[in-house]
Amino acid sequence: MPVQYYIFLSIALFCIGIMGVLMRRNAIIIFMCIELMLNAVNLLLVAFSKMWADAGRIDAAAAQIFVFFIMVVAAAEVAVGLAIIVMVYRNTHSVDINILNRLKN
Amino acid sequence: MNTQQVIFLVLSAISLASAMGVILSKNPVTSVLCLILTFFTIAGHYVMLNAQFLAVVHIIVYAGAIMVLFLFVIMLMNLNADVEPQKRNWLKYAGAISGGTLLVILVAALRDASMPSLQSGSSDIGLIANLGKTLFHQYVVPFEISSVLFLSAMVGAVVIGKKE
Repeated sequence: MPVQYYIFLSIALFCIGIMGVLMRRNAIIIFMCIELMLNAVNLLLVAFSKMWADAGRIDAAAAQIFVFFIMVVAAAEVAVGLAIIVMVYRNTHSVDINILNRLKN
Repeated sequence: MNTQQVIFLVLSAISLASAMGVILSKNPVTSVLCLILTFFTIAGHYVMLNAQFLAVVHIIVYAGAIMVLFLFVIMLMNLNADVEPQKRNWLKYAGAISGGTLLVILVAALRDASMPSLQSGSSDIGLIANLGKTLFHQYVVPFEISSVLFLSAMVGAVVIGKKE
């Protein structure tokens, strides 16, 4: 099976994530779309790891270690980001992104 | 068309459809459930790519921890579809068009790239013994630094989340 299939699947998932970030105004949905983009990149890294493992490289496991660290960073990011969203909701009673305009002045 | 391609096509169709469901559904709870379905199909892709350990970790971390956190926050805030703010229409179209343009450009750029084909045989590169050896021989320092990152994220979440 050509590795292009996985590349195109990752591109499609990544672009769906970008569309979600640009189209929605709910902060939680935007956050979920960022997770979707991270997962698209993870899938591409795993596909390339398999490609190099088929080519006989012994260090192909490094890509999977990298995916592992991306998951670690994503988990930490979700903890802090959801705390920020909860705090914004507590102060403004809304999760609308436009509310954050008032940070300007 | 062999079995592997059929499985790939089915998993890809489910994951793309549920990813579209994430950004199109009005109700945030439906979005979370669609995203969980997307994560499960991505875990299926990992299994097909001989990354068994990553598939298990992916299900545990994403479907088990992160999405439960999202669902918990959404239910805590009691978000309904009618309080969801609606963007102006032309902004939605602009977002969809720019995302679609990026999709078209990336696909057109990579369509003719010559890549080797993935073999269907299984290898032990994604098993936990191999990954653990690599992680604790070559990548010990990033592993330890990530523990510091987790500690600081925990402290940060508590500091941000506590009342004045």
